[in-house]
Amino acid sequence: MTRIADCFARLAGENRAALISFIMAGDPDLDHSEQILRILPASGVDLIELGMPFSDPMADGKTIEAAGLRALAAGMTLPKILGMVERFRRDNNHTPIILMGYFNPIYRYGAAKFTAEARRVGVDGLIVVDVPPEERGDLWDDAAKAGLDIIRLVAPTTDDARLPVVLEGASGFVYYISITGITGAGSATAAAVAENVARLRRHTSLPIAVGFGVKTPAQAADIARIADGVVVGSSIVDQILPGLDRHGKPALPLPQFLAPIGHLVKSLASAIAQARK
Amino acid sequence: MGTSSVDSVLMRGILAKNSHHGHNSLRRGPDQAGHYGIYGGRYVAETLMPLILALDQAWQKARRDPEFADEMDYYFKHYVGRPSPLYFAPRLTAHLGGAKIYLKRDELNHTGAHKINNCIGQILLAKRMGKTRIIAETGAGQHGVATATVAALFNLPCHIYMGEVDIERQKPNVFRMKLLGAEVVPVKSGTKTLKDAMNEALRDWVTNVESTFYIIGTVAGPHPYPEMVRDFQSVIGAETRQQILEAEGRLPDYLVAAIGGGSNAMGLFHPFLDDESVAMYGVEAGGHGLASGKHAASLNGGAPGVLHGNRTYLLQDEFGQIIDAHSISAGLDYPGIGPEHAWLYDMKRVNYVSATDDEALAAFQLLARLEGIIPALEPSHALAQVMKLAPTLAADKIIVMNLCGRGDKDIFAVAERLGQEKLGQEKLGQEKLGVSI
Repeated sequence: MTRIADCFARLAGENRAALISFIMAGDPDLDHSEQILRILPASGVDLIELGMPFSDPMADGKTIEAAGLRALAAGMTLPKILGMVERFRRDNNHTPIILMGYFNPIYRYGAAKFTAEARRVGVDGLIVVDVPPEERGDLWDDAAKAGLDIIRLVAPTTDDARLPVVLEGASGFVYYISITGITGAGSATAAAVAENVARLRRHTSLPIAVGFGVKTPAQAADIARIADGVVVGSSIVDQILPGLDRHGKPALPLPQFLAPIGHLVKSLASAIAQARK
Repeated sequence: MGTSSVDSVLMRGILAKNSHHGHNSLRRGPDQAGHYGIYGGRYVAETLMPLILALDQAWQKARRDPEFADEMDYYFKHYVGRPSPLYFAPRLTAHLGGAKIYLKRDELNHTGAHKINNCIGQILLAKRMGKTRIIAETGAGQHGVATATVAALFNLPCHIYMGEVDIERQKPNVFRMKLLGAEVVPVKSGTKTLKDAMNEALRDWVTNVESTFYIIGTVAGPHPYPEMVRDFQSVIGAETRQQILEAEGRLPDYLVAAIGGGSNAMGLFHPFLDDESVAMYGVEAGGHGLASGKHAASLNGGAPGVLHGNRTYLLQDEFGQIIDAHSISAGLDYPGIGPEHAWLYDMKRVNYVSATDDEALAAFQLLARLEGIIPALEPSHALAQVMKLAPTLAADKIIVMNLCGRGDKDIFAVAERLGQEKLGQEKLGQEKLGVSI
């Protein structure tokens, strides 16, 4: 079994949804984001989505875009992200890491090389927003060959006729985008999410995680009653802001810098843990 | 030899023809998934994917429907003012002392550029699809003005995304769009230019998928946009073909057009791609010069990559991050290019060259002085290439240049660049330009 499948199987046994947190690799710089990465599992995160910064993140809102631009300004690159995961794996062999981003940096690096190296350093899955299943030859065949889980995104606009196309080759879990919109935008109602998750379950036995617009512990708990995983991104990334100066550089000692992030993650984890009780 | 019947220059002929090219034709592309060789495709987020597929279905149906073509032809004739003239430029020809130079006068279209050709087609498709809201991105503002114009004409609310930097340097067009009832949304993210406007328009579209039609202004983006925009703009080349046959009894030897995303060039080139005797020059914006790194020449100074829904040549760094484009012309200031151009570049069917800001400025002034036509800065880049090419050719050679936009929008930016005082007769005089009276 893969690390992702293990994780969801274990949580299903505990009757608890997974907390999946998104952070941007290299935001606000490599050292600080490496420290953030380290505190996430201890604060209650079950799976980590590690964003790969891109200059033109078309599917993201202002929060994630700004995080990516901070990371790029601080010199973040794909090889550095792989190094970050490799170091993380020295102390943590159980928390799945999913790299999430856009295709061009991977294309430039070489998809076969990138997926093989990612797997070697301990990456478990891959989400690439702008490579649809139809263009599988560009990336997804290499990802499968390398043994990475292929996390497919499903949107409210993905109808029943299209779902089999999207789910073909999917593994690990399925990521349901709860709103038609960008990251950090408005939130879907629990009822709408429940209906769509039920629809998805008719097409796949993979675990289903729900993201986009999940911000507060209360919203996370709502989703945790419906889905197998809850993805929180923008509101975690927002917790970096109090620790930055006006140039986007870290301005607080490390414990104070990390405190708001740890605080939010713990309250999300606790809300999710209580949700089905 | 191609047909010279009037039907072939009407959209009815163009759309019908472009959906049936043989395997050996250079006009055959793209395949069903929108690939031109390795370029093109549909690289969009899943939220948009079903919409893009629905758009493709509607487009493939419309392009085979003579009624759709007839509707376009009606607006082309009565609203846009097509056909645009093919004008022999006698003083420019004499001045450069070589090949005969013809200008395809698409700057005479309603709204002052070729952009309206595409907007008419796309808004008619939007109407067929029952969409109730229009969005677009714009750089120089010409596509924004054309979109705002058709949105007014068809009574649809319209939001135009425009980078803050471009808003500053294209004020007249911003005011025009507002007069036409569009909301101009300033884009503050990234480099605050055309690429960021396109990012923001895509974000709007992903948020308002059901109601909204995104009118992309160039031959780029996810399939079917590159194909659709090319077909709508092919009216330029189809008219040119008939007009030059009437005027000269033969095809031209050279076609020259400026390239940002590449829609005016694709429109001029496409009907001639299978004519081996016709050489073509696509002119990218060289900014401060290719060596400076400050340019917008995606083919000559970029590498293949994926952005805004398609694989094509992009300005990017070694890690695949997109680099800012630089050009005096906001309309060419884009770090990518249409995928069909990328394909034609690799197979060397079209010569892709560049012209610097300074060369374009010189060309801008020359045409005003010699022919009484103030060109937009975008086709001034094409003219800069004509100035290099024509003197090397014999007098019996024929060049057709696409004069795809007029310069009214640029006069303030040019005045600022040249310095107000230099607009005086002594500095811009006939001696300096070497113009014979």
